[in-house]
Amino acid sequence: MNRYLLSVLSISVAAGFGLAVSVPMVSNHAMAQGWQPKKPVELVIMAGKGGGADRLARFIQGIIEKHKFASKPFVPINKGGGSGAEALRYLKDRAGDPHIIMATLNSYYTTPLRNPGLGVDVSKFTPIARMAEDTFQLWVHSDTNIKTVDDYVKAVKSAGAVNWKMGGTGKGQEDSLVTRMLEKKFGIKVTYVPYKGGGTVAKELIGKHINSTVNNPSEQAGFWEAGKSRPLASFTPKGKLSGRFGKIPTFEELGYGSDMVYYMQRSIIAPAGIDREVQAFYVGVFDKVYKSAEWQGYIKKKGLIPGWLTGQALTDYFIAEREAHRGLLKAAGEIK
Amino acid sequence: MEVFALLVDGFVITFEPLNLALVIAGVVVGLFIGAMPGLGSVNGVAILLPMTFLVPPTSAIIFLAAIYYGAMYGGAISSIMLGIPGASTAVATTFDGRPLALKGLADKALVAAATASFVGGTISIVLFTLFALPLAGVALAFGPPETFALMMLAFATFIGLAGDDIPKTLFSIFIGLVFSAVGLDIISGEPRLIFGDITGFYHGINFLVLAIGIYGIGEMLWTIETSQGDVMMSKATVTFQRVFDNLRELRASAKTMIMGSFLGYFVGILPAAGATPGSLMAYGVAKTMAKDPDSFGKGNVDGVVAPEAANNAASTGSMLPMLTLGIPGSPTTAVLLGGMVIWGLEPGPLVFVDHPNFVWGLIASLYVANLFALFINIGFVPVFIWVLKLPFTILAPIIFVLCVIGGYVPTQDMHDVWLMLIFGVAGYLMRKLDYPMAPAVLAIVLGPLAEPALRQSLIGSHGDVMIFFERPISGTIMAVAIILFALPLIKFLNNLRKR
Amino acid sequence: MRIAEFVMALVLAVFSLYLMWKSAELPIGWLPGEGPGGGAFPFWLSLGMLLCCIAIIIRWIARASPPSRSRESFMTLETVKRFALVAGSLTVMIALIHVIGVYGAVPLFLIFYVRFLGRHSWKTTCALAFCTPVAAFFFFEIALKKTLPKGFTEPLFYPLYDIFL
Repeated sequence: MNRYLLSVLSISVAAGFGLAVSVPMVSNHAMAQGWQPKKPVELVIMAGKGGGADRLARFIQGIIEKHKFASKPFVPINKGGGSGAEALRYLKDRAGDPHIIMATLNSYYTTPLRNPGLGVDVSKFTPIARMAEDTFQLWVHSDTNIKTVDDYVKAVKSAGAVNWKMGGTGKGQEDSLVTRMLEKKFGIKVTYVPYKGGGTVAKELIGKHINSTVNNPSEQAGFWEAGKSRPLASFTPKGKLSGRFGKIPTFEELGYGSDMVYYMQRSIIAPAGIDREVQAFYVGVFDKVYKSAEWQGYIKKKGLIPGWLTGQALTDYFIAEREAHRGLLKAAGEIK
Repeated sequence: MEVFALLVDGFVITFEPLNLALVIAGVVVGLFIGAMPGLGSVNGVAILLPMTFLVPPTSAIIFLAAIYYGAMYGGAISSIMLGIPGASTAVATTFDGRPLALKGLADKALVAAATASFVGGTISIVLFTLFALPLAGVALAFGPPETFALMMLAFATFIGLAGDDIPKTLFSIFIGLVFSAVGLDIISGEPRLIFGDITGFYHGINFLVLAIGIYGIGEMLWTIETSQGDVMMSKATVTFQRVFDNLRELRASAKTMIMGSFLGYFVGILPAAGATPGSLMAYGVAKTMAKDPDSFGKGNVDGVVAPEAANNAASTGSMLPMLTLGIPGSPTTAVLLGGMVIWGLEPGPLVFVDHPNFVWGLIASLYVANLFALFINIGFVPVFIWVLKLPFTILAPIIFVLCVIGGYVPTQDMHDVWLMLIFGVAGYLMRKLDYPMAPAVLAIVLGPLAEPALRQSLIGSHGDVMIFFERPISGTIMAVAIILFALPLIKFLNNLRKR
Repeated sequence: MRIAEFVMALVLAVFSLYLMWKSAELPIGWLPGEGPGGGAFPFWLSLGMLLCCIAIIIRWIARASPPSRSRESFMTLETVKRFALVAGSLTVMIALIHVIGVYGAVPLFLIFYVRFLGRHSWKTTCALAFCTPVAAFFFFEIALKKTLPKGFTEPLFYPLYDIFL
């Protein structure tokens, strides 16, 4: 009996150890100035696995790992529950903990606004870095005759709200706010169908289950390249996007005013009450990520707008955006 | 034949020494990860993703795909040996795998699972090789109404799982569905069923928490009671002769394997469906087709073969929408997709044109990974049987520890560990009173697929239920589902009349 | 067994009612032009649960289900004792994880279970109590980079991270 036990035990220990050793180890102690993490850093993601925010956070983690920007690994944890409510509360409860940071998106403002019961004030968290702003475009299937925003408005009006389906992410989230902006601007009504994630929304458009979307570039890029979808206009100010996304006209260029602009921020924050040194460490890490060739290449290819911000400027940005979202949510009837 | 030329190129890439080594390493790592209760292929792939930065993208995806495959094989191991499904895809495998193990035939079940996985994997890769692009169109045709119809079909196969006590079976399905609704209502964006305002409920009730609770803790408590002391989990002595005998006996299950493979593959390519409904439906069909349906659930090898062939076929199938549409068919492919983006590859219709080496290297590596997984798995069968020969008072505490860690790891939240304990104790008490638990576990997987699909369809049709019947694909599937639902009812009424 | 069957059905019926009440926080009706509201799915299914419980109770009265006919006791004293020991030690282990972490609670649990419930030798017990956490550490924390809860023992692990990560 004991012979079996011993062999099983030694196999399990050997397997664990073997796996551990086979994993390439990050043991770079060269840059030991200032504060350094003592254990793996939790990189909380405010969204579920596989979505845009998740992919981006894992991409960033990959850059950190590849270039060994930190002496301990950054370990992503998805806490997407309640549109990020869970993640926000988790970070609030971990105030002062130096081994945790969070990758945010716009639910960073909308979720606390919609759930005041959470007791989360996002301006209290420690700002680390804004890595980029993701953009939105209005997309239709390439089989349609809709080539311009004018065509689009006409098509929606003649189809009527009942027959024009706009796909997007959950109600009260980014896509629905952008849709609301469109409806208000052009005096149109659409049927808004919420899906779980932007990737699914993109696919539903290509499968013609919905008529239009307001996807991020990264979600539609593949289909656009393959000639399956068509962007009509970009919700960005003039000249902010470069590459092939720069060729999409903005609503401002088309003469619909400069208010048809909406971004998805991609920032990193830490809990409240961490030491200055700790903050400086994380800002340093993300500064390196931001300047890396991989990140700059990604931003360009995926139609994001570069926009490094840190410190008080980032907190000010968060507060300004939160107030802007308060207005948008009120207009959409999501909050009072 | 252009396809074959491309495939040969792919094999050349796969047989490069680095890639071959990665395939073998990936299969072994995946096998271990998959065999852990609580760790499935999605964890394995997500965790090892950053490591792939050290190698070129083609090698990286080959490594990850091998892990994916290894974990799919490994999932059957804990299902059969411990009765704990490590992932939702392996739930159906427990139905007959566990009874076989309790009869002392764990080796037979393990060999059957490995072989069926191999057949399922191979058939689906051949289908993938030949028809990748046309099938992408099928995936696109599946909108919310079709998805909902498919879920109805999966629920219809539940009927086949029903115990003798219909109210208790229905109760189990309902409670699983209600638990699946906990967390966020994605349509309205409102939090839902947050019991006692506890933050842990925001992420919903994870399938794994319920499965490990019921099958791990609940099952252990049950075994401790029924065994009255120290028992061995398996009396089998394993020789390689026995393994070969087992293999030979499997010829009788060839038809089931092929059925499971095709079914699994086609369900797998549909976005959002993934391998769980596929394996469940394969189990249901195998039971319906069988000459002795009553032996299912009591240790019929076909009950292991069908879901295992299907879940491996489905996992290959779910790579198809990922590669061709950039739409993941399962959580694991969602992470793989993230990997492709990280490596700078644009998944989508053009990936076959722009990166042929990548695609065909991946496809060829799947053939190779499958073969290795089969050999490694069968080679490990004696080791697994050794583990089962440990005294129960040693095995049980280790399983409890694995359950606790397995419940914690996916969300890294102690809330889920407590919840798991509650489910374990409640499941044990309910099981003593003949409440079947498998329907609840499967309902919690299918609920989050079915409910949004239903509501999205109805929003699209402005509340008109006919949308499910008017569209050709969803109408057909719905009709089949309704027939399946009606069958037991007709049987029941017939019995009543006879009485 | 007969009493247990009734009590369980009753408890589950009450639980169904609670779920119905909780689901009703969101609209449970049919929203015009939109289909069912956010609470509808769980509400009507909870109602289904309730109906099932009522059916179970009816069958209990009619003595139609095997447990409602059984004269065996639901749990003998011996079973209750064993159940309480196992489930209790498990609960204590999970509670202790919050305080002394996985690496403190798991060995304690193993020592208790293997030595005092399983009556194995101290040699076997100690080997298990030592090897399981070590294997878990290397497998989960180092290879898979999933940190396990450590309670106040956390700082003790910093040197290990420095060596292995």
